[in-house]
Amino acid sequence: MNREGRGATTPITIGAGAPQTFTGNRALDLEEGLLFEIGRAEVTGVDIEEAADFAPRLGGHARTAALELPGLSEPEAMRHYVRLSRMNYGIDSGLFPLGSCTMKHNPRLNEKMARLPGFADVHPLQPVSTVQGALGVIAELSRWLLSLTGMTAVAFTPKAGAHGELCGMMAIKAAHMANGQTRHIVLVPESAHGTNPATAALIGYEVKSIPARADGTVDVAAVKAALSPDVAALMLTNPNTCGLFERDVVEIAAAVHAAGAYFYADGANFNAILGKVKVGELGVDAMHINLHKTFSTPHGGGGPGAGPVVLSAALAPFAPVPALVADGAGLRLAEDEGQSGAAQALGRMSAFHGQMGMFVRALSWMLSHGADGMQQASEDAVLSANYIRACLRDVMSVPFGERPAMHEALFDDAWLEGTGLSTLDIAKALIDEGYHPMTVYFPLVVHGAMLIEPTESESKASLDLFIGALRDLAFAAKAGETERFLGAPHYAPRRRLDETRAARAPVLRWTRPAPLSEAAE
Amino acid sequence: MRYLPLTPEDRTEMLARIGAPSVDALFADIPAAKLNPGLDGLPGHQSELSVERTLGRLAARNVPAGSVPFFVGAGAYRHHVPATVDHLIQRSEFLTSYTPYQPEIAQGTLQYLFEFQTQVALLTGMEVANASMYDGSTAAGEAVLMAHRVTKRRKAVIAGNVHPHYRETIATLSRYADDGVTALPPAPNGAEDILAAIDGETSCVVVQSPDVFGHIVDLKPIAEKAHAAGALLIAVFTEVVSLGLIEPPGAQGADIVVGEGQSIGNPLTFGGPYVGLFCTRQKYVRQMPGRLAGETVDADGKRGFVLTLSTREQHIRREKATSNICTNSGLCALAFTIHLSLLGETGLRKLARLNHANACKLADALAAVPGVKVLNGAFFNEFTIRVPGKAADVIEKLAAKGVLGGVPYSRLAPKAGLDDLILVAATEINTDEDRAAYAAALKEVLA
Ligand SMILES: Cc1ncc(COP(=O)(O)O)c(C=O)c1O
Repeated sequence: MNREGRGATTPITIGAGAPQTFTGNRALDLEEGLLFEIGRAEVTGVDIEEAADFAPRLGGHARTAALELPGLSEPEAMRHYVRLSRMNYGIDSGLFPLGSCTMKHNPRLNEKMARLPGFADVHPLQPVSTVQGALGVIAELSRWLLSLTGMTAVAFTPKAGAHGELCGMMAIKAAHMANGQTRHIVLVPESAHGTNPATAALIGYEVKSIPARADGTVDVAAVKAALSPDVAALMLTNPNTCGLFERDVVEIAAAVHAAGAYFYADGANFNAILGKVKVGELGVDAMHINLHKTFSTPHGGGGPGAGPVVLSAALAPFAPVPALVADGAGLRLAEDEGQSGAAQALGRMSAFHGQMGMFVRALSWMLSHGADGMQQASEDAVLSANYIRACLRDVMSVPFGERPAMHEALFDDAWLEGTGLSTLDIAKALIDEGYHPMTVYFPLVVHGAMLIEPTESESKASLDLFIGALRDLAFAAKAGETERFLGAPHYAPRRRLDETRAARAPVLRWTRPAPLSEAAE
Repeated sequence: MRYLPLTPEDRTEMLARIGAPSVDALFADIPAAKLNPGLDGLPGHQSELSVERTLGRLAARNVPAGSVPFFVGAGAYRHHVPATVDHLIQRSEFLTSYTPYQPEIAQGTLQYLFEFQTQVALLTGMEVANASMYDGSTAAGEAVLMAHRVTKRRKAVIAGNVHPHYRETIATLSRYADDGVTALPPAPNGAEDILAAIDGETSCVVVQSPDVFGHIVDLKPIAEKAHAAGALLIAVFTEVVSLGLIEPPGAQGADIVVGEGQSIGNPLTFGGPYVGLFCTRQKYVRQMPGRLAGETVDADGKRGFVLTLSTREQHIRREKATSNICTNSGLCALAFTIHLSLLGETGLRKLARLNHANACKLADALAAVPGVKVLNGAFFNEFTIRVPGKAADVIEKLAAKGVLGGVPYSRLAPKAGLDDLILVAATEINTDEDRAAYAAALKEVLA
């Protein structure tokens, strides 16, 4: 029984006395070598027709040296990658409370839809008469995003959140240039995600940081104090990275506009407010939306994503090319700056027309939920986060606890004082409990931050078990059971990895080991 | 709603535990007048069947590449992808995992990224590759920014035969970053004078090979001139399969190599998501953008992999980061890696040879059509034809006859004044019948 009267937890002894195996495997836990150790250059897993004899026309540029690329037969490839997959944790494995990342259920319907030949097997440069359905997807996705946000236009090509930030900030710079203004400063709260300052700096802005007030939100007064005729924009995340709604946002936006600057909103946390509030009514000028968060397109181990940007009337004319234009003949693309439909376009963010594969998945999610389902999803996400916070606040410490949380519950490490343990140790112990850890050490404004985002995808039983695990860890930490933490994870495919060693002498690719005779010298 | 597990009773219990009178009490920080605005015009939730109908109707309004003789390329290519690839990338543990920030439970992702980085380095002949960028064009933009950091100069020379979308992506980024760009004019016949544009202020020269018109460019003299001027050579490719047959840029003196990896493992999907490849020399690795997987050991001494050198990245360095990139193209990189492991050296060489052979046959078939001129001497799987009249009209008329015959250059660069050029791609998917159908249709259109 754990200290709360729940069922027994696994004892902490780690297979002591269990026999070593010859293979290094442990039943279903299978070790797997690198492709370069198991593959051979002469093996191939694809049968390709041999080109009949012909005279190559490579103009003397034929490759002469070997590539040294190993190949695998199909069964070997299948086994290699299946074994690798089993060393990963995904949303389908269990609760994935990674704050700021919105690891919600990824419906397989979306995958099926994205693979329809009419979407997956269409080239971006086919004549537009042959891709009216693909353009229809963009139009429909835009309609939903505009309806959800109350904004004027959508720049649909950015490839992820950070790319959307870049697009929005370029639109802001373009608008200032069109007004004959050169401004140099972008205001960013201390709690912002790293991509915000990195984006502003990428296009030459100087980043000035805005402190948060004691309750974790941004003070209008602090913004006013920082505003000047040299400020181009404020970048504000709302709900913010502490999981709180910036309640003075309307006044902040007014102050920003009064100073002739624009208001960029980071929409990474959009999942909290679907149908609850339209950002267009809050004075936002540009906001990216991570379709791979709020709209459930899979994170795929780090990408791909999509980061369309909604724009206010003031910034809409500067949206990048291509722009989608509806005219008598149907839908078309304005693909060049200056073309009708893109007269003041800021330029081009990337080749082609955005992440169609993600658009289809996101639209599939939207259609499935509908207006009612989306609002319910946000409410459930917020409810679940507040529930977790309410159930843990007596054993962990909650900064800014006087305000309701949005879709994330933020904790700091004050409750670990005197235990000799850190936020990282809690995260690693959670792995042993069968969970992916929460986001740790972000936002930076909170010491030893633990940011928990359950999303709307968890049942109450799942939330309760997770809460039970964290409560048990909290009791164990305070009871001095440090080995459970410092040695953690005990049960993962790997124990803690030496990151310092990895960075000191980086090994970033496989190289053929020296033959034994040389190695001996 | 099938995706939402909480029941009304659960919600009531949870609210009671929180001590909130209603869900809306949790939204108390939203200005009351703005709360619950209503989503006019949006329908309610739908069954899976109903969503399939709606999206199926939209999909049916596109002409899939596989349904017609298909020769469209210009930066995205239709290749055959083994069924194994799509099966494996849909394994839950790959598909629904996050960036491997917790390496102990993400060794699957980290190991394939390490394999991906190695494969990309071997293909390009470079020393190190990163764990992917969004696509080839944004990788090219980032390469230019990196060259500025390395050389501490801020003027890039962009060859005229770089894909126009790549040129615009670089130019847009440079314009807003207040960096200089010298963009040379396109030279459809392949005789470009890049060397003359390089001077003592040049930070980098961006050259594509095979270029947008399909010409294979000798990078060595450009590398020499660039290096003599203290500049870097950035080599770009849009068709990665070409590296199975032609000399890699790493062997020709390139300092940074970027390209589009879509051709291996990834479907066309109307332009995205794709996978940007980014490689450089070991000595520049700390100036690189993007994530890097590296080898290390765990507490028991077992080999394992982690994300490393993250002091370059935005989450650590914020405004001093080498790039703002966070989410990249992980799953597309996995598709690339699986497909390339299946091919191996043997398969890749065969595939590349078949592509080249098919392109040679197609070039001969089209050259025999009256009025058509093939502009290329040397090419890989893509070349340029000059047609009488407007290329865009010819392509439309071909489409009406059920042949997707390529990309009018004027679509990519409307202001270039090159309205009679069509970029034509051939891959292993094309049959003799496809080629015959194209030649016959073109003959009719031009008659
Ligand atoms: C608050 C916030 N802003 C921006 C981003 C960047 O988005 P992306 O990873 O899609 O580029 C993230 C992603 O983690 C985020 O959490």
